[in-house]
Amino acid sequence: MCIPMIPGTLAFAAVFGTVAAQKGLTLLEATLMNSFVFAGVSQFVAMEVYPGTISWTSLLAMVGVMSAVNLRMLLLGASLRPWLGNVPPSQTYPALFFLTDINWVIALREYADGERDWGVFLGSGLFLWSIWSLAFFPGFMFSSYIQDPRVFGLDVVMPAFFIALLIPLWKGKRQTISWMIAGSAAVVTWSVFGGYWGILTGALSGAIAGAFADE
Amino acid sequence: MNNGDALADGLFLFAILCMVTTTYALRASGYWIMGRVPLTPRVRRALESLPGAIIVSTILPIALQGGIPVAVCLVVSALTMAIVRKDFVAVLFAVLAAAALRNFAGF
Repeated sequence: MCIPMIPGTLAFAAVFGTVAAQKGLTLLEATLMNSFVFAGVSQFVAMEVYPGTISWTSLLAMVGVMSAVNLRMLLLGASLRPWLGNVPPSQTYPALFFLTDINWVIALREYADGERDWGVFLGSGLFLWSIWSLAFFPGFMFSSYIQDPRVFGLDVVMPAFFIALLIPLWKGKRQTISWMIAGSAAVVTWSVFGGYWGILTGALSGAIAGAFADE
Repeated sequence: MNNGDALADGLFLFAILCMVTTTYALRASGYWIMGRVPLTPRVRRALESLPGAIIVSTILPIALQGGIPVAVCLVVSALTMAIVRKDFVAVLFAVLAAAALRNFAGF
């Protein structure tokens, strides 16, 4: 179930290595950032605002944009509560370090199919973390050889995977209402404010709509 | 620009520490907060609706921003999934569609 995400993850991590090298990060700095932040899009956005020299201003800018992009993780974590709620906190809190969109969506798909072993979440997270951390190195070392991943269509892997996993989640009227409200809120927010705020407003209004929609 | 021969810059390491802790805090606190909220049937239904709502809200702006190749490949992915119910096949077809549109159709 992780297989569809392997090429995209490898390419994405390698490109991050390239971007970090071109911004003048040392190998140690780039490795620590890549492996311990472990949140693809937000790492790129942080590098986007990084001017090439570190100062308190650029530190704040990087942490600020990163938090804005990663705010959605609050909601990803919240949605795992019904499943992981019975697992001891000494296991869930370390495991939450490996929470990403990808292993979240993989785990939720399995949950919807009746799987109740939360090892699906942790295992896919560990797996993605491993290939993410490794694929970064060739990108950093050979930063001038990486081409535009768009040519190979790799930038669409993640949205295509997301929409594929959306299909089995549809059960009936409640999902239709919730998704339409989520989509409208997201698009309106996105067209007014841009960026990633639409994920938050859309997800919250969709969840509220789902809670109150008739069965 | 470059740190010369240094292994790492101290302030940059501190910046990484800040980025790591804020990101982990976001990963953990949504889960933590929901442990403090009683799981009534209504809250449970809200949480169950959350995944689909997150996916829709993430994808729609990407589709609108990405233009025709992205929109087409999302449709390809959704249709393939609805017919064969294999996410691997759906993603593969979607990627092939995007690559083909960009390389041969001039998008």
